[in-house]
Amino acid sequence: MQLTHLDELEAEAIHILRESAAGFERPVLMYSIGKDSTVLLHLAIKAFWPAKPPFPFLHIDTTWKFREMISFRDETMKRLGLDLRVHINQEGVRQGVSPITHGSKVHTDVMKTQGLRQALEAGKFDAAIGGARRDEEKSRAKERIFSFRDRNHRWDPKNQRPELWNLFNTRVNEGESIRVFPLSNWTELDIWLYIHRQKLSVVPLYFAKERPIVERDGMLIMRDDERFPLRAGERIEQRRVRFRTLGCYPLSGAIESDADTLEKVIEEMLVARTSERQGRLIDHDQSGSMEEKKREGYF
Amino acid sequence: MSLAFTSGESVSEYLDRYERNELLRFLTCGSVDDGKSTLIGRLLHDTGRLYDDHLKALEVESRVHGTQGGALDLALVVDGLKAEREQGITIDVAWRYFATARRSFIIADCPGHEQYTRNMATGASHCQLAITLIDARNGVSTQTRRHAFIASLLGIRHVVAAVNKMDLVAWGEGRFREIEREFLDYCARLGIADPIAVPVSALTGENIVTRGSHTPWYSGAPVLELLESVAVDRPAADASFRMPVQYVIRPTLEFRGFAGTIASGSVKAGDRVRILPSGRETRVRRIARSHEDGGDLTIAVAPQSVVLTFEDEVDCSRGDVVSCLGGSGDALVAQTFEADLVWMDESMLTAGQTFLLKVGTRVTPARIVRVRHRVDVDTLEPQVTDTLALNDIGRVEFETEQAIAFDPYRRIHGTGSIILIDRLTNATAAAGMIRTGDASDAHARKAHWQTEAAPTIHPPVGQSLVTAKVRAERWRQKPIAILLYGSSGSGKTMRAFDLERGLWQQGHAVVVLDGQMLRAGLSRDLSFTDEERSENLRRASEMARILLDQGLIVILSMVAPSPEARALASDLIGAERVVMIDCGESDSPDAGALLRMVSAKIR
Repeated sequence: MQLTHLDELEAEAIHILRESAAGFERPVLMYSIGKDSTVLLHLAIKAFWPAKPPFPFLHIDTTWKFREMISFRDETMKRLGLDLRVHINQEGVRQGVSPITHGSKVHTDVMKTQGLRQALEAGKFDAAIGGARRDEEKSRAKERIFSFRDRNHRWDPKNQRPELWNLFNTRVNEGESIRVFPLSNWTELDIWLYIHRQKLSVVPLYFAKERPIVERDGMLIMRDDERFPLRAGERIEQRRVRFRTLGCYPLSGAIESDADTLEKVIEEMLVARTSERQGRLIDHDQSGSMEEKKREGYF
Repeated sequence: MSLAFTSGESVSEYLDRYERNELLRFLTCGSVDDGKSTLIGRLLHDTGRLYDDHLKALEVESRVHGTQGGALDLALVVDGLKAEREQGITIDVAWRYFATARRSFIIADCPGHEQYTRNMATGASHCQLAITLIDARNGVSTQTRRHAFIASLLGIRHVVAAVNKMDLVAWGEGRFREIEREFLDYCARLGIADPIAVPVSALTGENIVTRGSHTPWYSGAPVLELLESVAVDRPAADASFRMPVQYVIRPTLEFRGFAGTIASGSVKAGDRVRILPSGRETRVRRIARSHEDGGDLTIAVAPQSVVLTFEDEVDCSRGDVVSCLGGSGDALVAQTFEADLVWMDESMLTAGQTFLLKVGTRVTPARIVRVRHRVDVDTLEPQVTDTLALNDIGRVEFETEQAIAFDPYRRIHGTGSIILIDRLTNATAAAGMIRTGDASDAHARKAHWQTEAAPTIHPPVGQSLVTAKVRAERWRQKPIAILLYGSSGSGKTMRAFDLERGLWQQGHAVVVLDGQMLRAGLSRDLSFTDEERSENLRRASEMARILLDQGLIVILSMVAPSPEARALASDLIGAERVVMIDCGESDSPDAGALLRMVSAKIR
């Protein structure tokens, strides 16, 4: 019996979820509605079936998510009968923080990062399970699957615990916590393939559709509600777009696309990759220049 | 070809194929100067893992920071982040991902300079194959030998030497063959099953993804082809079934499911199993899975994560191991055992300390009974010590607070690996590979002879051209061993030297191996417990066997108090080639009688 790479990634993620449930007193799963969260949620249900996952789900709502995300979230949680807690940084709301008035940096820091801290402290959670992947960006490539945070929620990259085999160290002292990343070893393509294989439903925003779009600073922004003011000269056009990643709508750029099915979305990713390979003649150039350098006395 | 998506193929065809891809986890080691980053950059680039925006950034970076005269410097793909270096995390393992039409790959990128032991061990614990970079100009280095040793210690069977910078040695076959021979010889000494050397240039791409034009004399596969074709080591499906219980699922009074990841072997509904360490037996009723997911499984294999239910209401909880009955055997259950440890903490390890030990899903307090030795990773010599420092590798005896179920690591990685957690700081202080169980009982002593005698270091490949027959003719003698045993003061050593002189005068080729003599060097690490005397005898017997094969007569003078150990010695040397004399017996032969007896036997 031959296991495929998706089988192995699935088994590994389930192992990690079960270790989290067994190893911590108060774990919580960060549910952010996107494709990675969809896979993570599916795996969490699978890991503890026929029981429900033995931890609550937490969404940090910045109040600027796409409306379709919120309705997808609420339907999903209702369908599965899960314990979802939504946290909004009320202090931020009182101060009127928004991506429009304060810019993306302040908005993200106040509504997301500080909101998360508030929620974790209020719930006294000693583990927060999230859907981050190591292939997302370079700084994640060295992060642990069970990633330690001190009392101030800080990550010290120089002081990470070695992680060997599947022997995870879940020990923390009072006030400290661990961020757990069961999807660490998944790539973006793996996520889509798994969604395809398991026939999981995702937020429709991932698929191409005519949407009200404003073009600003080279980004295609979907105007999801009246809070997004148009600048002089800007106008709303119906354009056929989809989103590769989802977040706060004023900060999420759409891409023009005709991919309105899962297969077409995957194809679009693959074709984009194929085109990158074309026209690279570097091999020949370099070996030629190296030959020349050697003749000129290189080493 | 390595393209992830071949033109002409429909998306659904691609998905069907890709979803069946196997996974291979491999590590790369070697210092930055060996071209490791360039090799990884080359693999990612040539298999299409780099997006347009990556490449654009890379072109700019190459002009500014590149070492390739403005041309694309692939090394910058993986080690170009200055911020990382400033944060001091380049000393850590980095994980990278790519896929081809045949396999998906996870790379554990292990930096070579600082912390190499810890990084290598960490990376190797997740991997089935290791690529070690060798600079063709420098050849096999101390570092190459360290990497190969750690790979072998962690049980990696496939070790690939990428002999890099072949362009800088004019693509010379002679130079490559020289390095290849030295590398393969060293791997053979370590018992690495499948070492391979490939001449490459990460810079030009020669023999990385595709075969190059500069090495027509190389008939082997390029690196990527090896990665795509090498047999993936999985916990073999026919191996003994083991599943450490992670979590008990009890949604209702009727359902009690035992969740875990299969560490080895396979399990079917109806199989008889044993719960360890309690030893209770039961039968698997279901491998439960939800209807939406396809319903119950009839069979599950490592490394699947499953839920089992049992026929009986057996006591079973997190930390227990579900193990097959019969077959090639149960897991061991003991409170004391011995393991090879990679020490990863700033503070020293000394005997008497206690830690939390995690094996499988069991966490239990464990005491360090003794540090036996530290291995010099450059020479492979064990050095007597009673402490281990950061990045040391050594052998340690443990005693756990409660009995635990485990297997020797060589047999089953999933139930033979451990970590130690510092009880104050919660740091992961060490990782270990269990060698043997309970060192204090007779069963384990026997296991010691058998398991430890099994070579981790193989004899050199090839055979002596001087046959046993030719040797016997030259020396005019039939080689035998005479084991003179008895307590101190029984006169065995004196008799051994009398016998040696007698045989010498008759013209025979003879040597004496005396227990005290061995302790001066070969067995310097051993104490005088029964167990360790037995180990001294085992070493002497191994030496005797080698000397007998050279046609020599061997006189062993040993305390050898245990009849069981003497029987094992006889087995090891070959009963027909050994004579046992108990020097403590009052009727044991005197020097003259002994000489006559032996002279008769060796004609």
